[in-house]
Amino acid sequence: MRRLEPSESQRLAEHWADRIARITTRPWKIMEVCGGQTQAIVKFGIDQLLPPEIELLHGPGCPVCVTPLEMIDRAQAIARSPDVIFCSFGDMLRVPGSDGDLLGLKARGADIRVLYSPLDALTIARQNPERRVVFFAIGFETTAPANAMAIHQARERGLSNFSALCSHVLAPPAMLAILRDPEQRVQAFLGPGHVCSVMGLSEYEPIAAQFSMPIVVTGFEPLDLLEGLFLTVQHLEAGRSCVDNQYARVVRAQGNTASRALLARVFEVCDSKWRGIGVLPMSGLRLRDEYRAHDALHVFELGAVTTEEPAECISGSILRGLKKPTDCPAFGKRCTPESPLGATMVSSEGACAAYHAYGRAVPTARLTRGTQGLQA
Amino acid sequence: MTSCPVPTGRYAHVVLGHGSGGRLSQELLEQVFLPVFVGKTLAALEDHASLPSPAERGARLAFTTDSFVVNPLFFPGGDIGRLSICGTVNDLCMGGAIAHSLSAAFVLEEGLPLEDLRRIVASMAQTCREAGVEIVTGDTKVVERGKADGVFITTSGLGAVPAGRALSISNARVGDALLVSGPIGDHGIAILSVREGLDFETTLVSDCAPLASLTHAMLELGANIRCMRDPTRGGLSSVLHDIARQSKVGIWLDEASVPVRPEVRAASEMLGLDPLYIACEGRLVAVVAPEDAQRLLSAVRAHPLGQGAAIIGRVVADHPGLVRMRSRIGGERVVPLLSGEQLPRIC
Repeated sequence: MRRLEPSESQRLAEHWADRIARITTRPWKIMEVCGGQTQAIVKFGIDQLLPPEIELLHGPGCPVCVTPLEMIDRAQAIARSPDVIFCSFGDMLRVPGSDGDLLGLKARGADIRVLYSPLDALTIARQNPERRVVFFAIGFETTAPANAMAIHQARERGLSNFSALCSHVLAPPAMLAILRDPEQRVQAFLGPGHVCSVMGLSEYEPIAAQFSMPIVVTGFEPLDLLEGLFLTVQHLEAGRSCVDNQYARVVRAQGNTASRALLARVFEVCDSKWRGIGVLPMSGLRLRDEYRAHDALHVFELGAVTTEEPAECISGSILRGLKKPTDCPAFGKRCTPESPLGATMVSSEGACAAYHAYGRAVPTARLTRGTQGLQA
Repeated sequence: MTSCPVPTGRYAHVVLGHGSGGRLSQELLEQVFLPVFVGKTLAALEDHASLPSPAERGARLAFTTDSFVVNPLFFPGGDIGRLSICGTVNDLCMGGAIAHSLSAAFVLEEGLPLEDLRRIVASMAQTCREAGVEIVTGDTKVVERGKADGVFITTSGLGAVPAGRALSISNARVGDALLVSGPIGDHGIAILSVREGLDFETTLVSDCAPLASLTHAMLELGANIRCMRDPTRGGLSSVLHDIARQSKVGIWLDEASVPVRPEVRAASEMLGLDPLYIACEGRLVAVVAPEDAQRLLSAVRAHPLGQGAAIIGRVVADHPGLVRMRSRIGGERVVPLLSGEQLPRIC
């Protein structure tokens, strides 16, 4: 793989933007499913390069955002135990629970560690046999295989001091929930590239057929997104319902069969609560009974946790593509990344946080290309 | 560079007694510090350094201080000792000062291998020679094991600002050009790749360097430089925000022009970080009058520490206090100020 020079990136971006503009004849509303895609769109200003007929709706695919508040509270309750080493991906640490965030808890003495791989938690568990090591296993189908691998290896190796606090969710049920909403506006999806690298394309065929729309599985680089949008508009303009794959350099039709087999072995599908949206049927993963010894929800006595979200927060409507962050009266005022009211402001990949970080408080005009050069 | 002619004392590691003020402290001073810090002022072993006042009329003293707590202590391209000299020297240089005298205070953790301390001290002495400064006073304390992370170093520095030289981050004016002296993010990524055990095809090396000779060359040129800053913690973004805020101007940045090594960009993507926020320890940002920008750029590029220099943006009247950027594909956005620590993203 070769990295593009910046000048080359810009030339290619303009090429795709021009091609999209040339084939667009009427308004289209396209939802990108994944939070990483939302972040890249806002960070690189991809929406500003598109013709005015194309509206991008930001989807529910930020795993940090949709992790329920109860789970954050449970994580903190576990991390407070003096014999626990609590391990997590970095961006979960700043998500506020009912009583502060994990970073604050760390500052007050809890042993909380940021890891890049759940397998590192196994090493920590082996090195600290007198401590209980808990990994906060969150995310979509993308992160689930590595988490499944860690849990499976812990069982195989008899690492009884390792457990995982699982809060995994699945992309297709969320897409279905959006499409079944009577107010829904989505006409096509940019499919979640990394989710599909694990799961393949087969789950998306029935959705495309049932709702008569194109789903184009797309990557995360700016040029991936522009190419994905071009393919989507092409299918929309031709009236095609299909699943297409822009991200073929990573995604195979059958996905990663070894990962899928491991997921099926370790997890079972269950109803799951999504922050901002509520409970969606068969939309999450829980550990199978034979892995119960490594399930933090069973290892720790957590009691019932009840939480309340502020009524003012419209993140549920934002996650469904019904509203934009700038439609919210609290955006940037009573709700900021430092003190978020709800799901879409808690992580950098949430639509509200991305809009806030990159200065979208006021809607920006589409750019006239070539006018902002350094020598201008 | 790290070999030492003085015989090792009774201990191979720092013990609490090295901070007692008694015989062991004396041994530490004589066997570790004095052989490499060879300046006359320090060798006099007074409680303080006594230095001449600036003779030039209208000249001013520049004074700064900084603490260094880096982990790991040794990293590709440097170590905590080199860092502790560069950080303080560079802060003085950014104000247009000619740095001359430094203090160094060490907090040592019980159990630190004395050989590590020797390497650190030798590296400090070498960096002082490169920067043309002298350590004139110092202090050592020892804390119990677990109460520090090997060694913490605080350095303070004095420099002289020649009469008539007034650089300030309040001075940026609309139309000025922004120059960066080389690729950004090398230091932060070099540290992180060691810490996270990441291996790349090429070793990422910290840019850690004293910038005294570079700033000297820039200021001698006579270009109208409004201010200089070294983008350390918080990276390029924090420096640009400081300029925008203090000068009450907007900053317009062109992402495609910001030099970032391909391996730094790749590592940043893997780690979920943005190079705009990653620390450098041997780079500077200069704001320069537009008519002098190209001349200054040529001069910086001609210096060994500025070969990768580039003009990356300009000062604008729009959006005062804000940094805006044209992305590498042509979109536009705000560059936000980092809120809290940069945390890796999940996927």
